[in-house]
Amino acid sequence: MLDFLKRFAGNRGAVIGALLLVVTLLLAIFSPMLYPQSPWAIAQRPFLEPFTTEGYLMGTDTLGRNVASGLAHGAYISLLIGLISTLVSLAIGIPLGACAGYFGGWVDDILMRVTEFFQVIPTFAFAVVLVAILQPSLTSIITAIALVSWPPVARLLRGEVLALKSREFIEAAQLSGQSSTTIILRQIMPNTLSPVVVMSSMMIATAILTESALSFMGLGDPEIMSWGYMVGAGRTVIRQAWWISFFPGLAILLTVLAFNLIGEGLNDALNPRLRKRG
Amino acid sequence: MFKKTLSAALLGTVCAALPAFAQDPVAGGRLNLLVQPEPSGLMLGITTNAATNLVSGGIYEGLLRYDQDLTPEPSLAKSWEISEDGLTYTFHLQEGVKWHDGEPMTAHDVVFTFTEFLTETQPRHRNIMNRVASVEAPDELTVVFTLKQAFGPFIRIFAYKTAPIVPAHIYEGTDFRANEANATPIGTGPFKLDEWQRGAYIGLVKNEDYWMEGRPYLDEVIYHIIPDAASRANAYETGDLDVLPGGTIENFDIVRLQKNEGTCVDEGGWQYSSPMAWMWLNNRNAPLDNPKMRQAIMYALDRELALQVVWNGFGRVAKGPIASTTPFFDETGPLYEHNPEKAKELLAEIGYDGTPLRMLPLPYGETWQRWAEVVRQNLAQVGITLQTEATDVAGWNQKTSQWDYDLAFTFVAQNGDPELGVARNYISSQIAKGNPFNNVEGYSNPKVDELFAKAAVAVSTEERQALYTEVQQILQEDVPIAWLQELSFPTVYDCGVHNLITTANGAGNSLRDTWKEQ
Repeated sequence: MLDFLKRFAGNRGAVIGALLLVVTLLLAIFSPMLYPQSPWAIAQRPFLEPFTTEGYLMGTDTLGRNVASGLAHGAYISLLIGLISTLVSLAIGIPLGACAGYFGGWVDDILMRVTEFFQVIPTFAFAVVLVAILQPSLTSIITAIALVSWPPVARLLRGEVLALKSREFIEAAQLSGQSSTTIILRQIMPNTLSPVVVMSSMMIATAILTESALSFMGLGDPEIMSWGYMVGAGRTVIRQAWWISFFPGLAILLTVLAFNLIGEGLNDALNPRLRKRG
Repeated sequence: MFKKTLSAALLGTVCAALPAFAQDPVAGGRLNLLVQPEPSGLMLGITTNAATNLVSGGIYEGLLRYDQDLTPEPSLAKSWEISEDGLTYTFHLQEGVKWHDGEPMTAHDVVFTFTEFLTETQPRHRNIMNRVASVEAPDELTVVFTLKQAFGPFIRIFAYKTAPIVPAHIYEGTDFRANEANATPIGTGPFKLDEWQRGAYIGLVKNEDYWMEGRPYLDEVIYHIIPDAASRANAYETGDLDVLPGGTIENFDIVRLQKNEGTCVDEGGWQYSSPMAWMWLNNRNAPLDNPKMRQAIMYALDRELALQVVWNGFGRVAKGPIASTTPFFDETGPLYEHNPEKAKELLAEIGYDGTPLRMLPLPYGETWQRWAEVVRQNLAQVGITLQTEATDVAGWNQKTSQWDYDLAFTFVAQNGDPELGVARNYISSQIAKGNPFNNVEGYSNPKVDELFAKAAVAVSTEERQALYTEVQQILQEDVPIAWLQELSFPTVYDCGVHNLITTANGAGNSLRDTWKEQ
């Protein structure tokens, strides 16, 4: 474990990513304490410039809502959506990929055709359609993101399982009479963990981006203050008030960057040999 | 601060109007306007949306025009008389009027328009013609309408967009909607259709045979089609456009543009339709079935804030069911100033338990979305929770016309008379699913029904006024719906353009007299 941390810390980018993530996490956790008022509350006069008024560090938006408050509350939503939708897509992708890889034959054929069916639809367009059909809400957005992002997980798992299946320890387990379920869960799964962890961190980043894009297009949950919504709502007044869309835009950029950097770091830390080669 | 901007805008308009009196009109030139969205057709008797109204106003004409106080003025009718009992309307037509294809326009065309064409193409027109016993043409230049009983608003149905006169020689005996001539509209107006490049522009040229001596002044009128709001404002700034008609750019862009020297802003030209925005309150659903709940909502709304912040001060806070620019408006009854305390008292009195209500915003872009957010905050302040249901236009239509909502944003035109555009939203006979513009809220009050019915057929203006004043008082007490704002869609234009808006129907109906400094 210590070894792993050491390797992770050896990657400077990963450390920066982790720091950024910690800041975002703290912001998300403490947002109700920092800004107890609803981020929707009309708190000051509209179009207040940033760094001019105490308590309104990032200024106010077109309606006089506190941009900093929206940013803090939006952090919670972005992380929540990123995390849950990734967990859901892992829950779909991992079992499908593992079964396809382990059993092969017609099971593999059917499962992979289904996966391909999802893969041929452009993911963002598919997400837009799903949210539009289901009516925009937190649940529908998470569902849509999860449904469009599981196929790569399934494919990754299938590949990993295929590679592991022919290894001696699996054959030994089979000979010792262990059931398929036990073999998949006990022998194969732990060995696929590292690529899945790396992939998840990238998926969280993509999920946050997708949610932002949906909200930007007006397909966000209308009850929820999210970064994408703030950028979308501020976009039309960008010539008069750059700060309304700039700060949430920056927040999206940094958070997504953080997860990508962490992903890289994890990749290096979990595959030491790969790193040396690079 | 907002008030100041607004008065500066109005002052600017006045100043711009002054030199118009001093200068003599110059003939010639091309006027570059904008139409948004691209109209689906230009045959005004068939397609009646706002975009068609704007462009086809140069092509077609009605018997009358209405000035900005809604007083009738001559158009295709040179003069007219109304009999003492209010039953007979006699119109004398202009002499020497020709259709764009050279055929003469006669009383026969007018009779055909009213008795055959519009009754077929427009349900609204059918309702009005039900009150008419006969339309006759005693000679080539006279048309006589005989009514079954007096109908005060009748004089205001003759606008170019509600009753455009169409050529009988082209449409008689054909399937009106399928007629090929619809693609190349033929009217009597000051301009003729020259070219329509789909997705790019619609070009009109001067009608050399126009019946009015010396008009129009302009040689060409081009309606450009630019789908993106920001690009539209840019096109004006770069000088590609002379005029940005109302509603084509965001309000904050109007504020920005009007600071430019030589830019004029005019809020006029909407008096005929007087669009008013409100929220339907579904009177069928508890707790909205209780008038006190509805009053509480009115007190909770900070409509002045919404006007200044969301609409940049363009428009007026609504004072009741009849817009202040519509005849028979009377400032009466409770006006519902912003008063959250009063709202809370009313809510406590009826024991409202905080059950969330569903709100349906109007999916017409930024401004409307922001407005819904302000309303949600206003109501949250007094303890009413709203759940926003985001939909597209089709979903909004579906939900409102099937009564599947608690609160729903909308805006509706008043059409120059309470009987033509107000009564339909409050009387019991207009409660019917499938139409998002009738009595969608489900309010039913026999007294109100009776007052509206009486006012429609009352002969004298005084009598109508008394009845409408009474009905306004009752409605303002009962609050069947939450009146928000009298909308204003200011026209932004180059001050070198004169007489752009001279009628209650704005630029759509005024280009006959418009001229441009060279």
